[in-house]
Amino acid sequence: MGTARVIIVGASHASAQMCASLRQDGWTGEILLLGDEPGLPYQRPPLSKAYLAGKLSPDELLIRKPDFYLKQEVRFRPARVVKLHPDALQVELEDGEVLDFDHLALCLGARPRRLSLPGAHLNGVHYLRGAADIQGIQADLPTSKHAVIIGGGYIGLETAASLRQLGLTVTVLETAGRVLQRVTAPEVSTFYERIHREEGIDLRTDVEVLALEGGDRVRGVLLAGDEVLQADLAIVGIGVVPNVELAQEAGLAVSDGIVIDGHGQTDHAHIYAAGDCANYFDARYGRRLRLESVPNAVEQAKTVAATICGKDKEISGLPWFWSDQYDLKLQIAGLSAGYEEVVLRGDPSVGRDFACFYLNEGRIIAADCVNRPQEFMFSKRAIGANLAPQRKLLADPDTALASLLQVAESAG
Amino acid sequence: MPTVTFVEHDGTPHTIDFVEGQSMMEAATNNAVPGIEGDCGGEAACGTCHIIITDDWISTTGTRSDRESQMIEMSPECQANSRLACQLVASKAMDGLKVRLPEFQM
Repeated sequence: MGTARVIIVGASHASAQMCASLRQDGWTGEILLLGDEPGLPYQRPPLSKAYLAGKLSPDELLIRKPDFYLKQEVRFRPARVVKLHPDALQVELEDGEVLDFDHLALCLGARPRRLSLPGAHLNGVHYLRGAADIQGIQADLPTSKHAVIIGGGYIGLETAASLRQLGLTVTVLETAGRVLQRVTAPEVSTFYERIHREEGIDLRTDVEVLALEGGDRVRGVLLAGDEVLQADLAIVGIGVVPNVELAQEAGLAVSDGIVIDGHGQTDHAHIYAAGDCANYFDARYGRRLRLESVPNAVEQAKTVAATICGKDKEISGLPWFWSDQYDLKLQIAGLSAGYEEVVLRGDPSVGRDFACFYLNEGRIIAADCVNRPQEFMFSKRAIGANLAPQRKLLADPDTALASLLQVAESAG
Repeated sequence: MPTVTFVEHDGTPHTIDFVEGQSMMEAATNNAVPGIEGDCGGEAACGTCHIIITDDWISTTGTRSDRESQMIEMSPECQANSRLACQLVASKAMDGLKVRLPEFQM
């Protein structure tokens, strides 16, 4: 047996971070990164925005440059893992080759939920997850005038904004009563609906999509009530499914994601998971969660690296997210699920900036901040400190946010 | 190649090469400098690449923008010369630059 080896499966945000953290935490053994896409880990958030708009090259998309992997002695190999052999501490590749590991980190990500409707297989119907998906959309752009987006979540809305800015007519279809229903307060949904309509998007809620129509290419989208929307391009953004099959077939615990403990470990001592594919217990919110976000992937990757290096670190970062649409930069701190009331700072019914704080028993548990970076950074600290500010002061634009923190901190 | 030195809160220096036109956050993360996270990839959205410029360099680097201010000023470790490294584009004039890191990134 030679030097100890960490194998990381999946070239992703989690794995790029894990490579750095392993070295920073003192791992001197081998690091082998196996990816099932051709290249090094790249940033996914810009895919629906700057990359789709053609403002970023594939090289600029890389999370860390090739030089980083050379200097940190990380070996990258494009290869698909088809099977795990946990007890033998081995992974098996598509071509039958078997590789030994001392520690195995699963950074498998998630894949788009597929639309199961007639016509979903037509050319011109796209999903959005990897760089290749964007290249597919871009190839269709020169011949496209009308885009229909199925799904009014963040991915759908970001893509709608990007395509609108590229000059297409865009329709957004949402089956629920409002966009972003699963993740935001009605006030925030109403704000985004207004903005998208002001930008010229035909945004429809409470819509039932029955089929995609066309010969070999999509030409229209059939709605309940027999209306057909013209479509040269249809983009489906209806959520993702975690990639758990490798873990499941190997007998690891899986329940809406690969189940990990606070140290990023699965129920097998030498196997870990991080990112969109992992289900962890969040101590702050008191429940098991599977989050789909870069900061979550980064935090869990750091935790796994620390655990592999024998350091005691628990998954502890406050969940946060961001979404860019047009000139709007939304930053979300914390998780709002189960909130009792909201406090608004600024007016979402006019203008393009405000913050929506989510409170539970008077304490701030989350915040959606649109073009309000200060409110976002305030919220990160306020949630961490269990701050229960006076609602009137929180809403008052003339009350400095810093003063609310000082009150809390001096009160101990 | 021009170099920049990141000094960790405990005094550990990391001197690395940088490429002109890259941000100082990219320079740091491409060289695995501990204490610079850059979670958002350079969007000034996360505030995890907070650096503090020494006084003798601030005229070269320039002071922080309004957006940077709104992000950093909520940090308990914010100082007059605090910046977000992702918003600091490396130029030849910054060869030899020395910056300090806060104890925690927010």
